[in-house]
Amino acid sequence: MTFKRRSAIPGFGLTIGVTLFYLSLIVLIPLTALVLRAATGGWAHFIDAAFSERAVAAYKVSFGTAFIAALINAIFGVIVAFVLVRYRFPGRQLLSALVDLPFALPTAVAGIALTAIYADTGWVGSLVAPYGIKLAYQPQGIVIALVFIGLPFIVRTVEPVLADLGADAEEAAATLGAGRWRTFRSVVLPEIMPALLTGFALAFARGVGEYGSVIFIAGNMPFHSEIAPLLIVTSLEEYDYAGATGIAIVMLLASLAVLLVINGIQHRERVRRGL
Amino acid sequence: MTRRSPLDAPPWIKLSLIALVVTYIAIVVLLPLGAVFTEAFASGFSSWMAAVTEPDAQAAIKLTLLVQAAIKLTLLVAAIAVPLNTVFGIIASWAIAKHDFSGKALLISLIDLPFSVSPVVSGLVYVLLFGAGGWLGPWLEEHDIQIIFALPGLVLATMFVTFPFVARELIPVMQSQGRDEEEAALSLGATGWQTFRKVTLPNIRWGLLYGVLLTNARAMGEFGAVSVVSGHIRGETNTMPLHIELLYNDYNLSAAFAVASLLAGLALVTLVLKTILEWRHGDGLVARGH
Repeated sequence: MTFKRRSAIPGFGLTIGVTLFYLSLIVLIPLTALVLRAATGGWAHFIDAAFSERAVAAYKVSFGTAFIAALINAIFGVIVAFVLVRYRFPGRQLLSALVDLPFALPTAVAGIALTAIYADTGWVGSLVAPYGIKLAYQPQGIVIALVFIGLPFIVRTVEPVLADLGADAEEAAATLGAGRWRTFRSVVLPEIMPALLTGFALAFARGVGEYGSVIFIAGNMPFHSEIAPLLIVTSLEEYDYAGATGIAIVMLLASLAVLLVINGIQHRERVRRGL
Repeated sequence: MTRRSPLDAPPWIKLSLIALVVTYIAIVVLLPLGAVFTEAFASGFSSWMAAVTEPDAQAAIKLTLLVQAAIKLTLLVAAIAVPLNTVFGIIASWAIAKHDFSGKALLISLIDLPFSVSPVVSGLVYVLLFGAGGWLGPWLEEHDIQIIFALPGLVLATMFVTFPFVARELIPVMQSQGRDEEEAALSLGATGWQTFRKVTLPNIRWGLLYGVLLTNARAMGEFGAVSVVSGHIRGETNTMPLHIELLYNDYNLSAAFAVASLLAGLALVTLVLKTILEWRHGDGLVARGH
């Protein structure tokens, strides 16, 4: 990195120095330690630890449930954002504030609350239990927790784009005889797609790594409802540092990949808008 | 902002969409929130009764003391981590928003990195550095310094997960305000520090408050990262969220939900303050997802 100072405002050297120092201390050095730790253990050993049968099963659970939850939120999130932006009705402000609750509510609190609701004896769980439907202590329980966690990501990324989107193009489409659904599909949807994909990626990444809200409702059965972050914790408790490190590296790479995808989407969008 | 759009023409579509959204938010968000307070109150009252009528009040007192220790620890961790990250956030956004340099986009991405790392991985990296089997473990042990399973580890893990909040909030606010005012103050002879205090700070204060609010909420509620570094020593390294898990696993649901309701109350206060800030000072904030 080279630094060219082209601002009349002072304090660049000091502030960039402190920023880089603190960033290295808290984030970069610890993450590097993780990568080096995996590297010093040897390649074969790393593969063994990161791709054991149990670890692969845990990735499938984590990535699968996070994907389904992000998909559910993508559909409903767009509807929520659309209603919040386009319609004025009593209670709209309250509804909008509630969307942010999953950001503010500690994950452990959400975890025990959701378990209380969806367990066989809970408010919702007891309603569906007679039909043989199980929600808690199953992979579907993980999806429920991740839908809660991921809700704000989609709504808050799509909302500003919808608000900026004038009604002109839609009116033009309607004048040309397009139906409401067709107008939405071919005029509104392409405009919000980059934001929707970004929100989806953010919700997915958060879902893959989520721990607190999931472990209470998941049941945590190996090969069935055990998530990858929990397997890291379990490995650590058994002093299996190599196992924990291997899984952590896979998860870190996954989140870096998602970050790259998001940056790619945003870069393309900037180019498209000519910024 | 009311628009006459062909999309909201017939009222029945509008009404059913609103109904759908209200139902969805009620099921996804309101139901769990309601469950926390219902369980806390329902069982909280009966357990309060039990504690009073219980011949062995000793157990109840011990339980309360452990909860109090958890509350104190949570407040202490937040009291260290939040100010440190706030100062860092201000410094980083000053460097990024008020100056031009190459590698800026990369630096912003690196600051954002903790958002996309699993909390469990965030905790793990410190165990690998400072834990008994970690790189600095033997040296730390020799010098009788404990980081993992102790307060410093809890603070570090909390700082990692709340690292980006303030900077994320301030960078766009500072960027949108430009540099003209600062440059004017400087040309009139103000020092850099005076310029920051008298010109920049008043402009960013609402965004700053917003960022601190989010940092604090996350710091007090963090579970995964602290769980890995805590060691779960009752009364010593158990923060409130960790204590909830412990009580829950002990089948002491009433106490678990009682502690949970305190944290849910904190979340509600955070949301109310956040909404007020957005209402009153919406132009001083940048509406975005996190």
